[in-house]
Amino acid sequence: MSTLPLETAAHPGQLRRVVIEPLSRVEGHGKVTLLMDEDDHVQQARLHIVEFRAFEKFIQGRPYWEVPVMVQRLCGICPVSHHLAACKALDQVVGATTLTPTAEKIRRLMHYGQILQSHALHFFHLSSPDLLFGFGSDVARRNIVGVAAAHPEVARQGVLLRKYGQEVIRHTAGKRIHGTGSVPGGVNKSLTAAERDELQKDIYQMIAWSRDAVRLVRQLFEQDLETYRCFGSFEARTLSLVRADGAMDLYHGGLRARHADGRTIFDHVEYGHYWEQISEEVKAWSYMKFPYLRALGHEDGWYRVGPLTRVTRCDFIPTPLADRERREFMAFDDGRAARSTLGFHWARMIEMLHAAEAIKDLLHDADLLGSDLMASGPRQARGVGVIEAPRGTLIHHYRVDENDQVARANLIVSTTHNNHAMNVAIREVARKYLDGRKLTEGLLNHIEVAVRAFDPCLSCATHAIGKMPLEVQLVDAEGAVVDSLVRGSA
Amino acid sequence: MAPVLVLAAGNPSRGDDALGPGLAARLEAAALPGVEVITEFQLQVENALDLVGRDCVFFVDAGTGTPAPFELRPARPEADFLHTSHALSAEAVLATYERVQGAPAPEAWVLCVRGESFELGEPLSVAAASRLEAAWQELYRRVEAAVARCQTSQP
Repeated sequence: MSTLPLETAAHPGQLRRVVIEPLSRVEGHGKVTLLMDEDDHVQQARLHIVEFRAFEKFIQGRPYWEVPVMVQRLCGICPVSHHLAACKALDQVVGATTLTPTAEKIRRLMHYGQILQSHALHFFHLSSPDLLFGFGSDVARRNIVGVAAAHPEVARQGVLLRKYGQEVIRHTAGKRIHGTGSVPGGVNKSLTAAERDELQKDIYQMIAWSRDAVRLVRQLFEQDLETYRCFGSFEARTLSLVRADGAMDLYHGGLRARHADGRTIFDHVEYGHYWEQISEEVKAWSYMKFPYLRALGHEDGWYRVGPLTRVTRCDFIPTPLADRERREFMAFDDGRAARSTLGFHWARMIEMLHAAEAIKDLLHDADLLGSDLMASGPRQARGVGVIEAPRGTLIHHYRVDENDQVARANLIVSTTHNNHAMNVAIREVARKYLDGRKLTEGLLNHIEVAVRAFDPCLSCATHAIGKMPLEVQLVDAEGAVVDSLVRGSA
Repeated sequence: MAPVLVLAAGNPSRGDDALGPGLAARLEAAALPGVEVITEFQLQVENALDLVGRDCVFFVDAGTGTPAPFELRPARPEADFLHTSHALSAEAVLATYERVQGAPAPEAWVLCVRGESFELGEPLSVAAASRLEAAWQELYRRVEAAVARCQTSQP
């Protein structure tokens, strides 16, 4: 088992424990524990994700054709990504090695709708309060309503971008949630001319707002360059899909892994045998696995996925406005922004712009109205589907038995890929901002800001009323709570 | 545009989180005139736009540690902090509506049915199933009354 600086303290029993549970504005149940010595020096920092389990069990035993619908229930925030990754895997099971042009373009449209709405939610709703008001600002205004009060147009655009993405999903998947649009082998509906016309009506406004959002993030960097440059930053290897010509492609491509300095580890690897490149390590202190690149081993092979990786590791973005913004991002501050953890936000908005441009292009493609929806071929027992979900690379792998039931399933979700990288980020923040200081809500929020940059989906948990209070506990070495803070309390 | 909106939240595959979608499905099957039913995994910022043009909104959700069998309470716009990254409370949706629309939010109620277990792949618990029955009677009665109020208030 590998151990890195601040991952495991030498004498944990003598230290004071700080627990941030769950993380505010992070999906599901996340928890950060910090072990502090009596002088408030951080000795250990860990991100725990406590709900990633039972995914495979939920899927195994079901008829394969039910899977694309069922897997949407794994995640309330990115159901479309699971829907499409499952379909891509099951395309292989039904022998559909090449989809019809209409089917592929409808799926791409659905996917880019998901990217647009997910990135809009993250930036405008989750991150902009931190970015616009400051990480240590008054907790009472650090939320979307606070943003709406101070920056009403920014908040309004965020809501409308999000709504537009949802409408793209509704028209392509058939419903707002539990969509059935994509099926193994293709899709079960194309767009009608009326649906296409409705979506065309607003797409240029969405592109304009997405471009404004990219510029807003740039302004935020320019206003506080030192913070943005350094906050939680670290060198990381990367993993992403890229198109055969090296372009960004969020729907399909080969696997590309690179060292932090840009050297290639592997490139254009067909993902059908992903396990030859990626393995997963179990650590006793975490429910979630730690994937690593086999070529580098479990100690050195951890990597980062997601928008920052995709934007900086593709050779170009195949839509003009987003590619121009990518080049400016890469050049900004001698390339430091593109290596910073907060660069995630900038990269995410570039991807949102790309998604809007890609939607516009698709909406002007006659294939979207086609009627040739399904492909098939010789039945296979196994299928792997990989997609670049809003948060990063998502792998679905199924084995289907002779009774058409899923005998085995393996899912590696984006947040699992980023597990190690997020832990490194919080250790960097803990070392710089918390070490030797008395803890305050504002300082603890710095930890959350670092985690939120990755936009983790920490399972896709339920959101029942009363289920998600944020409590920060200070616990002594014997486990006794010596102090606590609940969000929303006076 | 139906004057009464029922906005239910929950994941049907996560145990008692299915309470909201279960009640929504019943109401949809009842096909009451003047009522639109929307089901979501969780409330989001764009749900504020679903409120536009409504006279009355019912938010229906499961709860944990909330009063049993259910609680029905008026909801008012509030910038609360119980929302997490990807989900809002009913109160935060109302507050977002007011900020985005620049107008007072419509009359709103929260029907919160207490659940016990929310694990992936679990069915509805016995306790929750019983509470769903009780909540259904109340929801139907309240929605019907809201529709009647809307009809009488029309010119």
